[in-house]
Amino acid sequence: MKELVVISGKGGTGKTSIVASFAALAERAVLADCDVDAADLHLVVTPTIVKREEFSGGSQARIMPDSCTACGRCEEVCRFDAIQRSEPDDAEGQVTFSVDPIACEGCGVCVYFCPADAIEFAPAINGEWFISETRYGPMVHAKLGVAEENSGKLVSVIRTQAKQIAEEKDLDLILIDGSPGIGCPVIASITGADLVLVVTEPTLSGLHDLQRVAELTQHFGIETLVCINKWDLNPSIALEIERQAGQRHLEVTGRVRYDRTVTEAQLRRSSVVEINQDGAADDIRQVWASVRHTLASS
Amino acid sequence: MKIAFASGKGGTGKTTVATNLAYMASRAGESVAYLDCDVEEPNGHIFLKPEIDDTRPVTIPIPKVDESACDYCGECGEICQYGAIVPLPNKVLVFADMCHGCGGCSLVCHSGAITEVGHKIGKVEVGRSGAINFVHGLLDIGQVMSPPVIKAVQEAAPLTDLVIVDAPPGTSCPVIESVHDSDFVVLVTEPTPFGLNDLKLAVEMIRALELRFGVVINRADVGDDETVLYCRSNHIEILAEIPDDRRIAEVYSRGELVCQALPEYESLFTSVLTGVMRSVM
Repeated sequence: MKELVVISGKGGTGKTSIVASFAALAERAVLADCDVDAADLHLVVTPTIVKREEFSGGSQARIMPDSCTACGRCEEVCRFDAIQRSEPDDAEGQVTFSVDPIACEGCGVCVYFCPADAIEFAPAINGEWFISETRYGPMVHAKLGVAEENSGKLVSVIRTQAKQIAEEKDLDLILIDGSPGIGCPVIASITGADLVLVVTEPTLSGLHDLQRVAELTQHFGIETLVCINKWDLNPSIALEIERQAGQRHLEVTGRVRYDRTVTEAQLRRSSVVEINQDGAADDIRQVWASVRHTLASS
Repeated sequence: MKIAFASGKGGTGKTTVATNLAYMASRAGESVAYLDCDVEEPNGHIFLKPEIDDTRPVTIPIPKVDESACDYCGECGEICQYGAIVPLPNKVLVFADMCHGCGGCSLVCHSGAITEVGHKIGKVEVGRSGAINFVHGLLDIGQVMSPPVIKAVQEAAPLTDLVIVDAPPGTSCPVIESVHDSDFVVLVTEPTPFGLNDLKLAVEMIRALELRFGVVINRADVGDDETVLYCRSNHIEILAEIPDDRRIAEVYSRGELVCQALPEYESLFTSVLTGVMRSVM
């Protein structure tokens, strides 16, 4: 069983549209949407949820007002400015303390040092994950709660579930839609994977971000292919991307032309290869053939 | 006045709007700072081409264990929620990349064996682009924690009348660190199913933070009218609609400012700023 992760560094280069097309072209694959804080793949593969579970990435502190003596020790030890102090309304009133759930990192230091044992530390629900059926096969996806953290841990949960399904159903590919950037969720989605495909675009921003994401995959020693989406928006930068990729020994596996049918497919809740034969759809088919070839030998 | 540009979905045009606004405001004589808080993939410098005159490392405090003083009581391992310090019977392991810098281990250590040392996770660069004060941050490759680098970018900002914050995509901790103390958030989106889905997530996040916000619709004539309908029915102000003009895409691809290369768009970008001012005042 192989894991292919599609990432981009820069956002909005067309990762999810390409993953949706790969999903339609692949046989015997499990889909995994690891872009947990702005997941979009479900909009085009229209999954039917068969199982849902809450996700807890850690605990969260909560001050119990009845036990709190307002000594202020929690405020002293918190490094994340998560303890809020409210001044009393009148002369008789007392200062009160509470935890800002958005700022709290769940380190538990305030809990440990509270002399009145007035701080609870219960697992926080940071989101939800789902196992679904789609017209292309099984899918694992998630929704991180509003303003939540621990996206890297949620990504790990999704990958573990996808692997389990692949083993149970004897499927040989896990197709992962990653998130933009090079930080926590991206690292969690690529470590230990068999192959990364970076979808970039022919802009100076795309080139800059490709350099950083390529450094990241090389840092973790993961075989990496590059695909230039909307290459004809600026052919000379597309060439420069190919030149620089060559210097880094990254294979540019294909170019996909700018084509409005890609947006049209999204509006029709479909992938471009399902609604069209030529144009970008044909380019993506060729990229897929090349990716599959590399996967077979990786 | 601090205005943040965020989006949920990546690649909708945050940096285009933020850099052009910084340029237009500065040209009008305002004192402006542009802070690029997308420390994983910063792009603002490509358009503003700043001269960097100061580079500062960003570190987080991580534990350093003096094994000669340690009695292997194991308390540090118990308080750590991140698996970053693991006491064995006769050795203490520290995993710097797991550490969040909470300081719990050094506080609980009763034998004084744990001190804290700086662990570099990125850097901040400060400079100028014409009259614009420029600050951006860069997370080191392989590091996971961008919020401390974002915080360092915000702290490095000089005092100006107008502060423009270019936030990373998404809706989780790095975005919150970037936008939480802004006076106004501009959500840049595109009118496609992906754009709208992620706009709704971003709106939920901004409402949880209780911040004022408005929307800019980029490439306004691709896709459908669902985004406009959503904004109307939720009483969200649309500050501007930028057309899908291939020339803008080409100017962007070359790393140029739209307002410099295509002056006919100056008034459209300025209208975003006046719209924000009208909402805030």
